[in-house]
Amino acid sequence: MPVPVIEAEDVVKTFTVRARSGMLRRARTPVHAVDGVSFTVAPGEFVGYLGPNGAGKSTTIKMLTGILTASSGTLRVCGLDPSRRRTTLARRLGVVFGQRTTLWWDLPLRDSLALVRRLYRVEAAAHRARLAELTALLELDPFLDTPVRQLSLGQRMRGDLAAALLHDPELLVLDEPTIGLDVVSKATVRDFLARVNAERGTTILLTTHDLGDIERLCRRVMIIDHGRLAYDGGLDELRRTVDADRLLVVELARPGPPIALDGIEAERVEGPRQWLRLPRSANAAAVVAELTRVHEVRDIALREMGIEEVLAGLYRGDHAYWCSGRPVAP
Amino acid sequence: MGVLPWVWWYGFRRHTAYPLGSLTESLTNTMFGFMRAYVLLALWDVRPSLGGYEAVDAVTFCFITQALIGPVQIFGGMDLTERIRNGDVAIDLYRPVGLQGWWLADDLGRAAGSLVLRAGPPLLAGALVFPFRPPAPENLAAFTVATVLAVTVSFGLRYLVALGMFWLHDDRGLQAVTLVMSLFFSGMILPLVVFPGRLGTVAHALPWAAQIQVPADVFLGRYTGAGLLGALAFQAAWAAVLLAAGALVTRAARRKLVVHGG
Repeated sequence: MPVPVIEAEDVVKTFTVRARSGMLRRARTPVHAVDGVSFTVAPGEFVGYLGPNGAGKSTTIKMLTGILTASSGTLRVCGLDPSRRRTTLARRLGVVFGQRTTLWWDLPLRDSLALVRRLYRVEAAAHRARLAELTALLELDPFLDTPVRQLSLGQRMRGDLAAALLHDPELLVLDEPTIGLDVVSKATVRDFLARVNAERGTTILLTTHDLGDIERLCRRVMIIDHGRLAYDGGLDELRRTVDADRLLVVELARPGPPIALDGIEAERVEGPRQWLRLPRSANAAAVVAELTRVHEVRDIALREMGIEEVLAGLYRGDHAYWCSGRPVAP
Repeated sequence: MGVLPWVWWYGFRRHTAYPLGSLTESLTNTMFGFMRAYVLLALWDVRPSLGGYEAVDAVTFCFITQALIGPVQIFGGMDLTERIRNGDVAIDLYRPVGLQGWWLADDLGRAAGSLVLRAGPPLLAGALVFPFRPPAPENLAAFTVATVLAVTVSFGLRYLVALGMFWLHDDRGLQAVTLVMSLFFSGMILPLVVFPGRLGTVAHALPWAAQIQVPADVFLGRYTGAGLLGALAFQAAWAAVLLAAGALVTRAARRKLVVHGG
């Protein structure tokens, strides 16, 4: 078995939050941002790291890059302890924070990319070749000489990706790289990442709220919630749970109490509109027939559940959904 | 060659990217120079050779210090403060280069850019309109060294204030206190030579003196020989102390670190 790129074992990060509890007194409450997370990532994997806001994703990434120290547990990235060997590790990692930029705001993009060579001490020839390759792949040519502040978000993100990959890192950590991008820019970024992973064998850990990113790119998905890993498994398995359920959206003539038919209950009610989840075993035609018999129905729609609904269910802590996946025991 | 000379160069370029803004600031500095010069002239008219300065020294002092406002950033502040507030500092911390070294290089680049764009007009206007004491060539060389040291001391103080953000989450209080100290004890409001007795002694020993008073006195040629070396050593000592403190606080900040936001 190859040496893992990331090895996390029972990693915990606890912050102390101080809140005013009296005139001068402050109560200290520990908050477990990451609460015992274990996983390994092998070389060449493309892993999606998902979770609702505040679940502990960014905290994990900061620990992986050595910006934060784990409160307990062991963490190895490229065989190194990130917080102790941060500088050495930084030369072997690429990091992109979608909401921040490493580029020099007032200077042409070309200059920021040139500085990366100095920062990571890349050989001039290797740098030139890599820059040419990334420029072609990310289509940077038209705006290499434009000051970064004048770039569109999509252009800036492509510049940031190039900056993160110029030193040819073993592991690329992406924190919401497609946030705020339009459809075309997203596609460009995704195609590029897929290529980097496939052709260079660069291991990629991707945090995102964009499920398109996940569906297009990740074979494996880890879901963190309340600081704990709630799911770690293949995307296909997660999809299979999706196929299991369908959603029936019913619009009644007038608002009423939640519908309850043998075993099927409305899970959401908004005025006259109600949402019913149909399990795999249910016969949709029979349910619809029963519905129209009992209630005055104005409109009806049957939807396949998307991965989005499954994730929303997971995030809400509705554990029934991941029965066919591989939930991690709490 | 390491990356820091490049950071210096990029700092220089990013702070000279908007020359019109710098020119406007420079004109403001010049205008205030005129106001200060007239006040000082009135004072020296009543008390000639106060503190060992002639009127021409006082006026030259006034314009050289107006020219230094930009380079030593006497009003305080640096970009790092905002980056700590909004969490962008995560990017800085992630680089394989020390935080303090990076920002010192950037700040020296900023100061050089500021010297190029902002120092000229006040000096020129002062020299043309008022009696002015131009420096001897050897003083000019010493003044260059003194200015670099003054910027380093200024950086050392501003860096510590910026790192305070890791603990305070708001820098306005600290900024207000340091601004008053900085203006009063640097010689910006009045040359420190007019401060009487013990106040003068204390003011001359504090790090703010190393930012304005000392380089101005070097410019005026008030130090020679061993005295000049002593003055530069005084600046260098403060620079070393502040940078050492900065390194310690950086380590403490790393240890306690919570990167705000995101």
